[in-house]
Amino acid sequence: MMSRSRQQELAQLFRRFLAQESVIDAPTSLAAYECDGLSVYRQTPLLVVLPETIEQVQQVVRICNDRGVPVVSRGAGTSLSGGAMPHKDGIVLSLAKMNRILKLDVLSRTAVVEPGIRNLAVSEAAKPLGLYYAPDPSSQIACSIGGNVAENAGGVHCLKYGLTLHNVLGVKLVTANGELLTLDQQSMQSQGFDLLALMIGSEGMLAIVVEVTLKLLPIPECARVVMGVFDSVERAGESVADIIAQGIIPAGVEMMDNPAIRAAEDFVHAGYPVEAEAILICELDGTEEEVESQISRVVTILKAAGATETRLARDEAERLLFWSGRKAAFPAVGRLSPDYYCIDGTIPRKALGTVLREIRRLSEQYKLRIANVFHAGDGNLHPLILYDANNPGELEKTEEIGSKILQLCIKQGGTITGEHGVGIEKLGEMCIQFSDQERNQFHAIRQAFDPECILNPGKAIPTLARCAEHKAMHVHEGKLPFPELERF
Amino acid sequence: MTQSIPDNNVETELAARVAQAVANGTALQIVGGGSKSFYGNPVDAEMFEVGMHTGVIDYDPAELVITLRAGCNLDQVEALLAEKNQMLGFEPLHLGEDATIGGAIASGLAGPRRAYAGGVRDFLLGVKILSGRGEILNFGGRVIKNVAGFDVSRLMAGALGTLGIILEASLRVIPRFESELTLGFEHSSAAAHIHWINQLGSKPLPLSASCWYQGRSYIRLSGSQQGVDSAAERLGGTQDEDIWKQLREQKHHFFNTAEKILRLSVPPAREDLFSSESQLIEWCGAQRWLTGDFDIAEIRQKIESIDGTVCVYRGVDPGIQLFHPLNDAMLALHRSLKSSFDPAGILNPGRLYSEF
Repeated sequence: MMSRSRQQELAQLFRRFLAQESVIDAPTSLAAYECDGLSVYRQTPLLVVLPETIEQVQQVVRICNDRGVPVVSRGAGTSLSGGAMPHKDGIVLSLAKMNRILKLDVLSRTAVVEPGIRNLAVSEAAKPLGLYYAPDPSSQIACSIGGNVAENAGGVHCLKYGLTLHNVLGVKLVTANGELLTLDQQSMQSQGFDLLALMIGSEGMLAIVVEVTLKLLPIPECARVVMGVFDSVERAGESVADIIAQGIIPAGVEMMDNPAIRAAEDFVHAGYPVEAEAILICELDGTEEEVESQISRVVTILKAAGATETRLARDEAERLLFWSGRKAAFPAVGRLSPDYYCIDGTIPRKALGTVLREIRRLSEQYKLRIANVFHAGDGNLHPLILYDANNPGELEKTEEIGSKILQLCIKQGGTITGEHGVGIEKLGEMCIQFSDQERNQFHAIRQAFDPECILNPGKAIPTLARCAEHKAMHVHEGKLPFPELERF
Repeated sequence: MTQSIPDNNVETELAARVAQAVANGTALQIVGGGSKSFYGNPVDAEMFEVGMHTGVIDYDPAELVITLRAGCNLDQVEALLAEKNQMLGFEPLHLGEDATIGGAIASGLAGPRRAYAGGVRDFLLGVKILSGRGEILNFGGRVIKNVAGFDVSRLMAGALGTLGIILEASLRVIPRFESELTLGFEHSSAAAHIHWINQLGSKPLPLSASCWYQGRSYIRLSGSQQGVDSAAERLGGTQDEDIWKQLREQKHHFFNTAEKILRLSVPPAREDLFSSESQLIEWCGAQRWLTGDFDIAEIRQKIESIDGTVCVYRGVDPGIQLFHPLNDAMLALHRSLKSSFDPAGILNPGRLYSEF
């Protein structure tokens, strides 16, 4: 087979400068890399390499660029959009071995890290200095900083502390031709174009991140949580607008609907009210004085907005208990069904009622249960569709609902992905959210960085041909074009 | 009652004129309110006025987002937000009463709050632009969390119109603070100030601005009444005058000079290299202003030793780049990125760097 000789030729080249065990070519070992967190899509790569230094990354990329071999960089592989799914003719460049903290500087409040470090490990290391790294995606125990940069990862504290974009001060990159570039904005000024902003969230398609400078923040003196219980999701949503209209920016505001509340309560016993239509978990942080003054205002606002009950976490243990249900919402929902599919759309908060009603309708129409968790502060909705992959056609039905929800997000002035990325999952919806000209502009930007298109090809930005196909295949009111044709 | 922002959509006309310029290969110098024309290298091109493209497209205070046409007058935008007790988080520089929101974004010039709240790019959520191909393109959106496609909108902040003509922008806004207070402290040297202000940064204090000038440090606290009061009590110092607006507008007497004004951008905690010069320090030490007569090439080399850059903010001599020159690899990348948006090179040619 062609690919076998290609594989061995490349493996030999890589083994000249990488340790034997850092070049993986055995089929059983390659299998571990065939998917990321979106496990319904799988592909075995040609090879996996695990460089340990920047120079080795450069050498790997040069070899691939000269031969037109696709390079898919991979951190912890927790992407939920298939961003790290391998290419069949390409290599996976795992940054897992580059996982050190190179420098923690208390005076400048920065951490310089290698891309393979876990998100949570940074905050753990900074804790003795009274500092932490703010972005906290739910997968923070496992996900890597390099992956966070590639996806512009979010979390539950984005409204106040921003996304990865707002907390990364610099990166070192290896470009497709193997060159090492430094983008440094510690001075808060970009030299020329803001390439750092462009790089963050570029899903590994513009360059490979090999070092990251992170902004650390002082650990807030005090954090308190209040839970609001509601008999309607709309009212819960409106209460968030009321809090913000009062000039209060909570550290986090999370909402769960009834199916999500029930699932979480069964799983972690956080004391959630299982009869409620929605709960809101609102955290305030800052100095003691600030938090005290704001939390009593929030309680008043929640009551005025129609909360049937408000519960103030009495101590740190109860605060963590309130959070535990929300943080475990995904696995909790996972217990209800053999499989679940997580959607990631963002809407202007005022569209919440409309969107949730439509999601309920879709759930009934397709006869699949849907639980909703919502980063209510920033409009990021995560419907979790419960399905069973062993039932023929159910995954397809699930994907159809997902696509309809995302199209609804676009229609309401939102977006098809708030924090999980496009990857391979939302290529079809990218054809809807952006025009041909806009997608052409994305491709032109990519060409400026990676003329041979070796970095993570086929992800994030669909080709014009793919979109033409998507449009032709688009099911309109239940009817495919040319219904007389057989489809496989 | 504030003056309302006129609703005047001239998108079609602007697009037609750019299409014509593309066809004729005519270079365009993009002008909003003209308040920041000094910022950038001179552009030898036909004037292209965009300041008449005005109007508020969407503003719902509870969403914390405003969408505007780029020609909106900055004073009027701020007044509109103030009515709802909100503001632009990056404290944009006006530098003239004709300043527009489009110019504030294109220049990327943020004020005293930059070090604590973020810069223009941090608040920019989406843009509609006219590219150098004459195409109207939308990137980003009107929501805070959005990772669909490359982050082209933030690329517009500070690009000085060289990648596209901003037609509309969506910005995240923030609530105004209940209380603000300025405190003064004695620090005889810049070095002492830099160390002190960076140490303060590690403490959970409601800091929102800092400045050092002639032996005195100034800080601003912003937050709830209780939060500001208790921080002030902890910090000591003496209550001082509110210097932040004059600093933002560069009306502070430091800027009243016939000599060159240089803007040094360095990682905030890096050492002071200019103890004997006239210097004003902002942004937790990251933005350091110098006045005097300097050999630009020499000072640029010196500042590179502390990972910084030098912009010749006022008084640049002909033949000298206003912004710190890029290395070869970065210049090549800038050129190819520029040509991906503007293949004919008709948008503000040379304004950011003379090479493109």
